[in-house]
This record gives sequence, C-alpha cells and structure tokens, in this order.
Amino acid sequence: MPSFVTYLIHTLFPPTVRFPDILLIDAGLVLGGLGLIGFLTKTHRWGWLWREWLTTVDHKKIAVMYLISAIVMLFRGGIDAEMLRAQLAMPSVHFMPAIQYDEVFTTHGTIMIFFMAMPFIFALFNAVVPLMIGARDVAFPRVNAMSFWLFAFGAILFNISFIIGGSPDAGWTAYPPYTGLAFNPGPGENYYFLSLLIAGMGTTMTGINFLVTTIRMRAPGMTLMKMPMFVWTTMVTSALILFAFPPLTVALAMSLFDRLFGSSFFTLTRGGMPMMYVNLFWLFGHPEVYILVLPLFGVFSEVVATYSKKALFGYPMMVVSVLAIMFLSYGTWVHHFFTMGAGPAVNAFFGLSTMLIAIPTGVKIFNWIFTMWGGRIQMTTAMLYQMAFIPTFVIGGASGVMLAVVPADYQLHNTYFLIAHFHNVIIGGTLFGLLSGMYYWWPKMFGMKLNERQGKVAFWLFFIGFWITFTPQYLLGLKGMTRRLYTYPAGLGWHELNVISTVGAWIMGAGFVALVYNVVWSLLYGERDVTGDPWDGRTLEWSLPSPVPEYNFARIPVVHERDAWWAMKQKGQTMAHALRPEDVHDIEMPKNTPIPFLLGVSFFVLGFGMTFKWWPIAIVGILGVIACLLFSGFDYDDHHHLEADVVRQTEASLGRLQG
Amino acid sequence: MSLPLAEKAGQHPLPIEFADEKESIKITGFWMFLVTDVLIFASLFSTYAVFRTSVAMGPTPDQLFRMGPVMLETILLLTSSFTIGLGVYFMRKGQVRALMGWMIVTILLGAGFVGTEIHDFVTFAQMGATWHTSAFLSAFDILVGTHGAHVTFGIFWAITLLFQLRKRGITPQTARKVYTYSLYWHFLDIVWIFIYTFVYLNGKIV
Repeated sequence: MPSFVTYLIHTLFPPTVRFPDILLIDAGLVLGGLGLIGFLTKTHRWGWLWREWLTTVDHKKIAVMYLISAIVMLFRGGIDAEMLRAQLAMPSVHFMPAIQYDEVFTTHGTIMIFFMAMPFIFALFNAVVPLMIGARDVAFPRVNAMSFWLFAFGAILFNISFIIGGSPDAGWTAYPPYTGLAFNPGPGENYYFLSLLIAGMGTTMTGINFLVTTIRMRAPGMTLMKMPMFVWTTMVTSALILFAFPPLTVALAMSLFDRLFGSSFFTLTRGGMPMMYVNLFWLFGHPEVYILVLPLFGVFSEVVATYSKKALFGYPMMVVSVLAIMFLSYGTWVHHFFTMGAGPAVNAFFGLSTMLIAIPTGVKIFNWIFTMWGGRIQMTTAMLYQMAFIPTFVIGGASGVMLAVVPADYQLHNTYFLIAHFHNVIIGGTLFGLLSGMYYWWPKMFGMKLNERQGKVAFWLFFIGFWITFTPQYLLGLKGMTRRLYTYPAGLGWHELNVISTVGAWIMGAGFVALVYNVVWSLLYGERDVTGDPWDGRTLEWSLPSPVPEYNFARIPVVHERDAWWAMKQKGQTMAHALRPEDVHDIEMPKNTPIPFLLGVSFFVLGFGMTFKWWPIAIVGILGVIACLLFSGFDYDDHHHLEADVVRQTEASLGRLQG
Repeated sequence: MSLPLAEKAGQHPLPIEFADEKESIKITGFWMFLVTDVLIFASLFSTYAVFRTSVAMGPTPDQLFRMGPVMLETILLLTSSFTIGLGVYFMRKGQVRALMGWMIVTILLGAGFVGTEIHDFVTFAQMGATWHTSAFLSAFDILVGTHGAHVTFGIFWAITLLFQLRKRGITPQTARKVYTYSLYWHFLDIVWIFIYTFVYLNGKIV
C-alpha cells in the first residue's frame, strides 16, 4: 500500500473513531446520504433545492432551515446525553472507555449550546421579528443567509469530528493547558476551535443584523416602547452578542495559534497563562447564558399575553429589567471560577453582582404571573411550557444564587449540583421557551397547527423526565459526585440516585420521540390554519396569512398601539390592511444569491484543511473566501422588483384585496 | 469642512452616502461591525496588558522596541487618516477624480505603514524574538499583527473600491462604500494611537 494511503487512514481514522458503534453510524450515514441523493435525483429536486433553499435570502425560509438544523442537533446532543447517562447508571460500567466518554460530554455540551440552542433562537428571530415590526425582510438579507451558512458549515465541521479524526475531549469550555498540543495532540481540539470560530462569525453577523433590523426597520409609529416584548429581547440579545462574541473569538484564535503555530499564550512554559483563557472565555460565557435565555423571556411574554387574553403586565418594568440584566451580565463572569483564588474582595464583588441579577429576573417572573392573574387562560401546549417554565426557572435560579455564595461554591464547584443547576435554567428556561415558541409560531411558519394532544404528551414526558433526571443530581452534587467523571466505584451512596437520573433521561428521550412524531404527523395531517390568526394573537405577525407571502406586507402597516393587531381587532379595523387593487405597487425584494452558500463551503474547506494542517487545502479555502468577497463587492445586482400584478394576484387569492 | 448635523438635515439635503435609506441602514450596520472590532481589540489589549511582563527568557519591551520605525509608522498612518478625510470631502462635492486621487494617496501611505511594520517584524525575527519566544511576544505580535492585517485588508478593499468608482462614478451606493471604508480607516488610526501609547511608549518608559 502506498505510504500516503496508510498516512491518510492513520490520520483520518485513528483508533478513537474505530469503535463498533461509530462504525455502525458511519455505515448509516453513508447509506442515508446515498438514499437522500437518490431521492433528490429521482424526484428531480436538485434544482428546487438550489433555487428555493440553498440560495434563498428570504428570512422565513432561513428560519425553517435554522429550525431543521436545531432539531437535528437536539437529536445528536440528546443521543450524547443518553450515552452519558447509560454509562453512569451503574457503578464501574465501562460501556464507553474514558476517552470516548470525554468526547461525548464535550460534544454534548458544545452542540447543545452552540449548535442547538443558538440556531433554534435564530430560527425564532428570523421567523417572526420582521413580521412583528412590519418589515419586508431583515436589514441585510444576504448577510442573514451568510450567517446561516457559516453556522451550518461550522456545525458540519464540528459534527464530522467523531467519524473523521476524533472528537474534541476537553469539555465544552476547552480550558488550556489540556487543549494544548502537549496534552492533546489529535485533531479534535482543532475541530472545536475552528468550527466555533466559523459559526461564531455567523452569530456575530446575526447579532449585527437583528440589532440594525430592530433599530432601523420598524413600521411607522412603532416607537421603542410600542415594540412587542419579543422584539425588545431580540434587540437586547443582539447587543449582547455584539459585545460577547469578540472575546470568545480572541480566546479561541489564541488557543488555535498555540496549537497550530507554536505561540505561547496559554502554555505552561514561556510565560503563558491558562487562566487568561478562562477569563476571556467567561467574559463571553456569562453574557452567553443571557443570550440563551433572554429571547425566551420574550417568547414567554408573547405567549402568556396571548393565551391569557390580557396585555402583558408591567411592560415598562419588563423593558427595564431586560436592560438591567443586559448590563449586569457583564459584571459576573468570575463566578464561574471563584476557586481560582482571586481573593475575598474580588470574589465578594462577583458573588454580589451575581445575586443582584436575581432581582430583575424576579421582577419578570412576577410580571408573567400577574399577566395570568384574572386572565382567561387557554391551556395550549405553548402555554403549558410557559407555566412549567416559571417554577422550573425559579428553582434553577435559586440554586444559582446558592452557587453565588462564595464559601458554598468552594464546596459545590464542578459537582453535579452545578450540573443540575445549569440544566435547570437552560432546559427550564431555554428549551421550554424554544418549544413554547415553536408551538406558538408553527402555524405562522408552516401554515398548519401542531397537533395539541400529541404536543401535550411530549410536554409531560419532557417535564416529568426533566425533574426525574435532575433532582437526584442536586443530591449527588451534595454527596460529592464531581462532573466529568467517567465512572465511579460502588459504595459511595451514588448508585440509586444515578439510576433514577438515568430513568429520567430515558423519559426525556421518549419526549423527543413524541415531539418528532408530533411534527411529522402534523406536517402530514395537521389542521390547516386558514385564518392567519389561530390563537387570537396580539402582534402584527398574526395580521398576515399563514404561511406568509414572500413580501410579507403588501402595504407596510402603521402602528398606533403597543399590541397593534389586538388594537386593530378591538376597533374593528382588521380590514384596514386590505388594499384596493390600484394601491398595490411594485415591491423591491432582495435577490437570491449563491454567494452565502459558497462562502460557507469555502470556510468549511479552510477549516478542514487547518484541522489536519493540510495547508494546500486550507489555501484553497482561503482563495474561495476571497473570491466570494470579491464577487459580492462588485455585485450591484442584489435586488429585483416584484411586479404589482403578482402581488395583486397573491393578495386576491388570499382574499385580502378590496373589491 | 462642515458636517451636516441632524437638525439641519431638513434644510440641507443629506450627504450622498446617507441619501438612500437602504444605504444609510448599511452605514448603521457598519457602525455595529466596528463595535465588534473595538471589542476584538479590547480583548487583545487586555491580553497584552496581562502578558506584558511575561518575557520568559526573551527580550523585554524596552530592549526590543525601536522608536524610529514606530514614529515613521505613526506619521504615515495619521497622515493617511487625513487624506481619506479629504477624499470623502471631495466625494460629497461630487469630484470623482479628486476622490480617487486622495484614495490612491491613502493606499500608498497605508502600504508604507505596512511595509515599515513588516520590516520591523522581520528585524525582530532575525534577533530571535518571534512569538515562540515568550507570552509577551505572542501578545505583542497578535495585537500589532491584527492591526497590521486590518490595514492590509483595508488597502485591498480600497483598490476594489477604485475599480468600482472608475466604472460607476459617485452614486449613493459607491459613496456609501467609500464612506464605510473611511470609517474603517479612521478606526484603525484610533487603534494605532492606543497601540502607540500603551504598547510602544509604555514599553519604553516603564
């Protein structure tokens, strides 16, 4: 065999990716891929895929692509979680060897945060924010498509690591010096840094895009204090992204340079300082947890108002508390490493600032409760998630305040108490919020409702499974079980609690199956939404038909009240948006472009080449990036006019034209 | 040179780069991008501040820095910031040839800056002071190098703008592109002032 073939096999398929389960997945992926290619060829869908999806700049289609990716990633991260729980169910189980266990908890955390929660949030942003503010698209539609493809190819680069070359295994935080070349010579950590850098660029661009969209693109009359709460949280989240991602970019790039080019930022020799990485990482990492939860505070604010048939209680205080959380979130990052030993004064400051965040959060909790107070509550699936969120998030927040007490943190740091705490807030806040938003806006995105009965089954499985999984973990933490432990001996009193926790994880897995069944069933047989306003909603997206036409609004609405659509309905002005045929004009729309997709491909090639230090491939990637930038710089043909006739026909077919 | 203020906008027409709503939104977007770039540099500056004394076996800032080339770089870059300002002034007057002329001067000054900086880095490398040597040099190289890479990118960006200007003249779109480019260039100038102060002067004095 020629030597380079041996080299390739040795590099691409080292022993760590030759476990039987991984080989099985390899076979499954190859078969699945061939099946997909065969299906697309047989049904002649390649052109459709290219024109309608890969080159689209329509925010509504980008939202659908984000949503599909997020659910696929939820599946991947969930499988990782089930594997971890299977390993820990019994003492001294060696279902996975230590190295594979390390890889699985690393990919579980990284995927759930960067490749599940973030794109799911962006799916909701893209799906409804332009509709809520009465805009025809986001501020920069092409940049929006670039954001998606950078995220998508970053996610692909990260996900191929477990079948090609080996996964990262240093935890989702990737602390040096363990990520250094001396301790971690494989390509795994290169995958981690490069995929997060690529996806992080996309995220930063999304932040810029939605900040400008919410600042500059609002319909006439929609002042800041008349924006729907979800738009407020979108704006604040985008600002958080703007300020949080650069430190992460710097920290990741420095770690990568240490590994690839021999610099000495975080090495143990030549004056390097690993704690600097930890500071930079959490300077991003703490705002990141608010990036993950604030949009869902917005979702809950919309959901609770709609299903309680009341305006959101204390809207100005909600705005103030969101802004307070935004500012405070930058002053708390040291609470992730109190045990670094920065001294009592520093730790006391960060302990107090952490507790302070509980105040604006508590204000919001009370506002949601008071919104429900005296309302006519409809127990839909979205509302169930909202109601489950309140106690879950309160308990998760309270355990967070416990961790903010510095002496207690010295005891609880990196134990299962911490694991239970952050799953309590991230599942209770973020995942419940995402699913609530998905059930709430599904009719607007796809034109049909998700089946409520199946949705409630999935909800109860998730909710009950969640508590069975994580309540024992608080106790395990108090009993001294530390995180990232690949197995444990019998006789420590951890066994029973771990069994319960694993059973809970299975129940949550069943919840996921029920969710997917619900989605697929509803896509096939779901109740069509012919009204465009199935929930009797309050904000402008419900004034449009479902699914929304390409141009969103035939005429940009004028806003007078906070819950604009509700006010129109109260005043009997729901037909005010209906146009006379002669009032329909040409609409300027952004034009499809292949550049964002090709840019994503180029970055993928660049990332893959750098992961294995195959510089010629990396250079091909760089040339691709340069070509894409040059092409878009000289491309002035970026929009087209939708003929008035087309708009007239579409509106008439939807029954929205007068006369 | 008087910039039109917001309250005067009713009386005077807006400058050409703000006249089109879509182009004006892109300028807002570019400011947001600059925010992220400010934070990139802030992170790099803080890293440098932490690593400044971690010289290991390598040279200290005082032993390494030569102020002559640094002064030259400063003069070149600050002058180029002035010349791109003149370019934007003539753009608003609609004089495309003057605009292109001042952009070419800016590019040449920027190239002089990058050339001097590369020469400086090569000199350091010949002395054995690369970023393998110490954390201080790693932090110095990545901070100053990121700035230099930005300037290099700016030069190529300006060259593509020249081709667009030659083909299309001054339109709301090309004017917006030149204007965002000038914002970028001024921003790099400001970052350099901080590098000059906190890296070079501080390294020589402390």
